[in-house]
Amino acid sequence: MSEEKLLQEFKKAENVLFNGHEYRITVGVSTCSLAKGADKILEKTKEEVAKRGINASVVRVGCNGMCYSEVNLEIIKRDGSWAIYSYLTFDKVPDVLEAFFSGSSKYAFAFRRKSGTLKGEEQVPYLNEIPFYGKQTRRILELVGIIDPLNIEEYEAFGGYNGLRSALSKTPEEVIDIVKKSMLRGRGGAGFPTGLKWSFVKNAAEDVKYVICNADEGDPGAFMNRLTAEGNPHSIIEGHAIAGYAVGATKGYIFVRAEKPLMAEMLSKAIEQARSKGYLGKNIFGTSFSYDIEVILSAGAFVCGEETALMAAIEGNRAMPRPRPPYPATKGLFGKPTLINNVETLAHVSYLFRNGLTNFVSVGSEKSKGTKVFCLAGNIQHPGAAEVPLGTPLRTLIFDIGGGVPKGRHFKAVQTGGPSGGCIPETYLDYALDYETLASIGSIMGSGGLVVLDNTSCIVDVARYFLTFTSAESCGQCVPCRIGLRKMLEIMDKIVQGDGTENDLFLLESWARKVADSSLCALGQTAPNPILTTLKYFRAEYEEHVRDKKCRANRCLKLILKAKLPKA
Amino acid sequence: MWRLKLLTEEEIVSLIEKYGNKKSSLIRIMQEIQKKAGYLPKEDLSVLSQQINIPLSKIYGIATFYHQFRLKPFGKHTIQVCFGTACHVKGGDEIWDFLREKLRLIGSEDTTNDLLFTVQKARCFGACSMAPVMKVDNDIYGNMTKEKLEEILKKYS
Repeated sequence: MSEEKLLQEFKKAENVLFNGHEYRITVGVSTCSLAKGADKILEKTKEEVAKRGINASVVRVGCNGMCYSEVNLEIIKRDGSWAIYSYLTFDKVPDVLEAFFSGSSKYAFAFRRKSGTLKGEEQVPYLNEIPFYGKQTRRILELVGIIDPLNIEEYEAFGGYNGLRSALSKTPEEVIDIVKKSMLRGRGGAGFPTGLKWSFVKNAAEDVKYVICNADEGDPGAFMNRLTAEGNPHSIIEGHAIAGYAVGATKGYIFVRAEKPLMAEMLSKAIEQARSKGYLGKNIFGTSFSYDIEVILSAGAFVCGEETALMAAIEGNRAMPRPRPPYPATKGLFGKPTLINNVETLAHVSYLFRNGLTNFVSVGSEKSKGTKVFCLAGNIQHPGAAEVPLGTPLRTLIFDIGGGVPKGRHFKAVQTGGPSGGCIPETYLDYALDYETLASIGSIMGSGGLVVLDNTSCIVDVARYFLTFTSAESCGQCVPCRIGLRKMLEIMDKIVQGDGTENDLFLLESWARKVADSSLCALGQTAPNPILTTLKYFRAEYEEHVRDKKCRANRCLKLILKAKLPKA
Repeated sequence: MWRLKLLTEEEIVSLIEKYGNKKSSLIRIMQEIQKKAGYLPKEDLSVLSQQINIPLSKIYGIATFYHQFRLKPFGKHTIQVCFGTACHVKGGDEIWDFLREKLRLIGSEDTTNDLLFTVQKARCFGACSMAPVMKVDNDIYGNMTKEKLEEILKKYS
C-alpha cells in the first residue's frame, strides 16, 4: 500500500482508531524494541499523558521494521499532524510530549502527515522521504506498526477479514484458481507455487485434512515472521482460514519456534479474538465451513523447519525428517493430507483476497509476483526489515534502503538464506532478488534474511560458523549429514587454526558435494551452500589461510599467533 | 540457595488430563513440567512414563533431542548468549567467552556452583538489529559489550 493510500485508509478507520479521543499515540513494542525498554516507554507515555490531561489513547503497536531507530513513538492528531519520534529513550518521553503539545516539531524524526500547525514542520522530512521507508512496497507490513495487534477491531477497520469473507463467497476451486493466477510462491524458501500445492491437498480423497502454518522461523538473521506475527497476527490467521477453506480442512495449526514466545502469545490471543468474532469456529459467516486453529510451541530444533520433521514434532516424536514421497499433501500429519505454508505466504494470501488479483500481480518479477520481506542485519547502517517487490536488485536493498556498510568500511559479501544459503560477492549486487536468480549463483532465497559482511569479517570464519550451526542441528538420522558435516567442520577448524593445507580445500569441496547430493532432507542438502559459494567466490581468502597462513580480516587468532611463532 | 521442586503425581496426572492421554501431548506435558520444576526431574519423567504409557527410553530420546529440555537443574537465572549470524559477525563469541570467565565456568560446566546462573548458547532471537544480543531470563540486552555485561551480572547477583 502506498503511503497515500495508507493515509486514506487511516482516515476511514479513524472512528475506531481514535476511540473518541482527539489524539492517538502509539509505541512500537516487539521483541527487539523490548530490549531497548519499549514497554517502560509505553508505561511512561501513559503516565505522562494522564498527568498532562491530554485527550489521547495510548496504544501498543508492533515494530514498523525500522529496527535501527527504535524505540519509535508516533503522535497523531485527528485531522492534523502525524509525527514520528525515533531513537527514543525513557528520559526523553516528557520532552517529546512537551514539544508536540506546545506546538513545536522539535525532536521529530519524520512526519507521515503535516498540518502546518507545528513550528518548524517544514524542516522535518516526510517518512516517505526517508529511503529506508520510502523505497519499500509495504503489503505484509502495511499495518504493522500502525494498528494495535491485539485489537481485532482496528484490523477490521482497515478491511481485515474482508478477504476471508470474499473467499467464502466463492467455491474452493475458484479460490485455488485465484491463488494460482496470482503466481504466489512459498515464501518459506523453496518457492513452490502455492496454488499448485493447495490443489494437491484439495484433490486428496480423505475426509480429514490439516493446514499447518510453519512459524518455526529458525534461520539466524531472519525475523520477518516474528515481526508480522507480533505486529499484525490477524493477517496470518485470515490467510490460514482461507487456506483451510480452499483445501477442505477442519483443523489448523501454527507451529511456533521455541525462541520466539512473544510471537506465540500474540497469535494465541489473536485466535481467541477471531473466535469471539466468529471468524474461526463453527459455520463461519453462516456458511457450512467450520475451522479452528491451535498454536503449538516448538521444543526447539532447527530441523523442525523441514516440513516432515515439523509434523513429527507435532505428533510427539523426535523431529526427524522422513523421505518424500509420500508428500504431506497425500500423507501428512497423523497420516492425513496436510498443507504446510509459511507465515509470510499466508499473510500474502490474506493480502491477495483483501485487495484482489489485479492489485497483487501489479508488482514482482516475471516468474514470481508480489513482495517479499527481507531482514537486514550484520554490518549494515540501518538494520531492520524491509519489504520490496520480488526482483528488486540486492544493491537497492543493501545500499539504498539499508544505507550500506557503516564506519567507512568496505562491503565484502552478503549472506542470503541463512545457514542453507550462500555468500554473494559484490559482483552480483545488481542481480535481482528472486528464486531463480539466487539459485543460479549458488544461493537460495530462503526465508529472506540478509546478513551483510564487511572487510572486518573473515569469510572463512563465517563459513565455519555456519557449519558449527548445521552440524550441531543435524538430526543425526542420515549418514551424509551427520558424518559429512562433522568432517567438513574438522577441516574448517584446521584451516582457521593455521594447520590447513591446499589439499584440504580439495577435500572440503569434495565432502561438500557429497553431502549436498546424498542427504535425506533439505537441511543436509543445503548445508554445504555457504562452503561451496565461499570456495567459489572467495577462494583467494581460503588460499591465504592455508598457504600464507594469513587472515586478512585479523579474525582467526590461532592462525595469526601460529604464524608469528618461530618455526621449530 | 535456589531450590527446585518436583511435581506431585497428582499434578502430572492433571497435566495429562488437560492435554489428553495421547502421544501428541507428550512434548507439551514435558514443557509444562519443565516450566514448573525448572528442568525435567527423572522422578517426574518416570511417573509420566507410567501414566501416559510411553516407555521412559522414548521420553528420554525426546528430552535429549530438543534444545529446550534439560535433565539437570537450572540456575536461578538463565543467561542465553545469541550465536546467530549477525551476533557472530558482531563478536558474540567474545561476550560468551568473557561471560564464562566471569562466572568461572570451565570445560562443559554450564551452571555456577551456587546455582545462581546457567549459561547457554542460543540460536537467533530475531533481534539481529541490536547484535550482539544476550538474554537473562526474559530480559533481552542488545549491543552487548564486556563493560555492559559486568553491570548486568551485578544486577542479578
